[in-house]
Amino acid sequence: MPEPASDRAAAVRALTAEQAHRRGPLLEVLHAVQARFGHLERADLEAIADVLNLSVADVHGVVSFYHDFRTSPPTAHRVALCRAEACQAVGAEALCAAATAELAGAADVEIAEVFCLGNCALGPSGTVDGRLHGRLTAQRVAQLVAQVRS
Amino acid sequence: MSAPARVLVPADAAARSVGADEVASALAAVLESDRGEVVRTGSRGMLWLEPLVEVETDSGRVGFANVTADSFEAVVDTARSGRAPAGERAAYGGCVGVLDEHPFLARQTRLTTARLGIVDPLDPEDYGRHGGWAGLRAALTMAPAEVVEAVVASGLRGRGGAGFPTGIKWRTVAGAQADQRFLAINVDEGDSGTFADRMLLEGDPFALLEGMVIAGHALGATEGYVYVRSEYPDGIAMLDKAIRTARQSGYLGDNILGSGLRFDVDIRVGAGAYICGEETSMLESIEGRRGEVRAKPPIPALSGLWGRPTLVNNLLTMVAVPTVLAEGPEAYAAHGTARSRGTQVFQLAGNIRQGGLVEVGFGVTLRELVEDFGGGTLSGRPVRAVQVGGPLGAYVPADRLDVPMDYEAMADAGFMLGHGGVVVFDDTVDMARQARFAMEFCAKESCGKCTPCRIGSQRGVETIDRIIGRAADGDDPAAELALLDDLCTTMTKGSLCAMGGLTPMPVRSAVQHFPEDFRPRASRPAPVSGATEGAHR
Repeated sequence: MPEPASDRAAAVRALTAEQAHRRGPLLEVLHAVQARFGHLERADLEAIADVLNLSVADVHGVVSFYHDFRTSPPTAHRVALCRAEACQAVGAEALCAAATAELAGAADVEIAEVFCLGNCALGPSGTVDGRLHGRLTAQRVAQLVAQVRS
Repeated sequence: MSAPARVLVPADAAARSVGADEVASALAAVLESDRGEVVRTGSRGMLWLEPLVEVETDSGRVGFANVTADSFEAVVDTARSGRAPAGERAAYGGCVGVLDEHPFLARQTRLTTARLGIVDPLDPEDYGRHGGWAGLRAALTMAPAEVVEAVVASGLRGRGGAGFPTGIKWRTVAGAQADQRFLAINVDEGDSGTFADRMLLEGDPFALLEGMVIAGHALGATEGYVYVRSEYPDGIAMLDKAIRTARQSGYLGDNILGSGLRFDVDIRVGAGAYICGEETSMLESIEGRRGEVRAKPPIPALSGLWGRPTLVNNLLTMVAVPTVLAEGPEAYAAHGTARSRGTQVFQLAGNIRQGGLVEVGFGVTLRELVEDFGGGTLSGRPVRAVQVGGPLGAYVPADRLDVPMDYEAMADAGFMLGHGGVVVFDDTVDMARQARFAMEFCAKESCGKCTPCRIGSQRGVETIDRIIGRAADGDDPAAELALLDDLCTTMTKGSLCAMGGLTPMPVRSAVQHFPEDFRPRASRPAPVSGATEGAHR
C-alpha cells in the first residue's frame, strides 16, 4: 500500500533535513529519498527544494541528469546487464539479446543496460536486484531471476 | 589437535560475483566447529582464480582456485593439518601452491597494491603491521612544504589517466591564497576494463585515507571528499566503515595521532553518470548539481569545490603517496622509465584467460601484459585488438603489442595509457561496431554542454551506420569516411573536455588499423539496444 501523501511528504522532509548540514547535499538527499521510496515523485522534489531552499527546477534538473534517479515506480525485480567494452569482448551483446528474449513479457522484471560494474575480468557481468554476478549466461540470468522471485 | 589455521576468503566484489560469499559461509560452518577462523580480505587480483581461498600453512599462504560452496574439502583438510598439499597431491582440490611464489604475482612490483588480499581491510593494526601508517608518521615529522617537495621528487604522475605531475598540482594548491582548501578524490572509475580503484577501495581503504591525511597536512586542507560511483556499493560500504574506524583510532579527526592536525573525510556517491569522472564535472556533482563540465581556466587547483583551491587526484595517485613518504621519493622514482616514474596498476580485462591486476614498473610491453601475465585470450582464438585506457582509448592492433606501456611511448605511438585498463578482443571482433559503440556511448553519456560532443557523437553514429551500409543512403563510403574524419577533428579540437575530445581516439584507431571492417556490407546485425534514438536528456 502506498502511504498517504502527507506522510510521504513528512518523511521526505525529514530525510532531507538529515542531510542538510552537509555541503552541497542534494545528491545525497535524492539517494536517500529514492532508497526509501523506490522512486522520486514531483511532490518529493517540491519538498526537497523547499527544505534546501532550491528551486524545483534546480532539483528537477539534477534528477533528470543522472541515470540512477527514476521518476516512475520500479518493478519488483531489476536486471542490469553490462554493455561496455570489456563485457562486449566476451559476448555481452548476445547475452543482452538472449536475456531480453528470455524475460520478455515478465511484468515484474525490468531489464536495464549499464556501462561497467568494475567486474571486467569476469564478464559478462550484471546485477540482479543490485547483487553483482560475473560470467553470466542467459540461463544463469533466468536462474538468478527465479531465485529472487522465490 | 591444534586449532586449524586461518582461512582467507576475499570479500572483493569480483570474488563475490562468482560465489565467494557462499564459499565463506560454507567454510565457516565447518571450521568454526573446530575453532577455525574465516577472515574476509580483499582480492589478490588473480581474478580468473576466484573464488581464490587461501590457507595459512607451514610453508606460507597456500591458494585454492575456483572453490565452490560444495567442493572445498581440500581447503578444510589443509586448514586442519596446517600443511600444504605436496608431491603428487600438489594440485589437490585446485591448490595453486604458495601464492607469493605464483608466477603471476612473483613477477609484479606491488607498491600500491602491496597489502591487497593480504590484510583485513578494516583492521588498522593489521594495516600498520604491513607497512601502513609509516608514510603518515614520516610526513608528520616534516613541514608541509617538504612533503610537497617529496611528492615532486618522486616523479609521481596522476594515475587517473591524464598523467599530470602530481607534485606540481600539490604545489599549486598549497601556494594558492585561500581561507579553505579541499581535497576531491576521484573514484568515479567508469572506464570499462578498469577496476583497480574498486579493488583498493574494498581491499585496502586505509591506504586511501592515509594518502588523504598526508595531502591534508601538506596542503593545509581540513576536508576531503571521496567521490565514488554508485556502481561500487561494496566499496562505498567499506570506505564508510574504514572512515568510522579511522576516526575512532585517531587517524582522522581533530588531533590526528596527537599532532594537532585536523582532517576529515566525507563520501559522495555518484548517480550513474560516466561524465562525472571528468574532474570539473565531478566537482559539480559533489556540490550537488548536474554533472556538467566547467570551462577551464580557472583550474580546480585554484578554484575548485565551492570556489576554493581543490586538489583533485585519482584514488591510485593518492594510494601511491604513503609509499612515497614511507620509502622516500628516490625509492619510488627508481621504478619505471625516464618520465614515467614508479609503478602502474594495470588491469587485464575482456577476452583474457588470466584477467586481473598487474602492478609493475612503467615500460612493460603490452605484449608482456596480454601474453605473459594474461595468457592470451579466454576463447583461445588469436588476439585482434586491445583497447588500452578505457572507452576513450585507442584500439591497438595485434601487430603493435610491443609498445612499452608508459605515458610518452604510448602517446608517441598514437595510443593512450589512461587509467591502465587493458581490454582484449579476439579475432571475432567487428571493429566498425566498436567504433560505432564509442560514438554511441559518447552520445549517451555526454553532459550536453558543448556542441561538438553532444551533437558530434550523434552524427558519428549516423555516419558510421552509412559507411557500413546500415542506412539506406550509404552510397559513397569514401566520402563518408572523409566526413567521419572531419567530424573527429571537430570533436577533438572543439570539445570542452576529454569526453568529446577523446572519443575520436578509439574511432580513428579502428578506422586506421582495421580499414577492412569499414566497408559496406550487404547485411549487418542490428545492435541490441535501440542505438541512440532518444538518447537521454
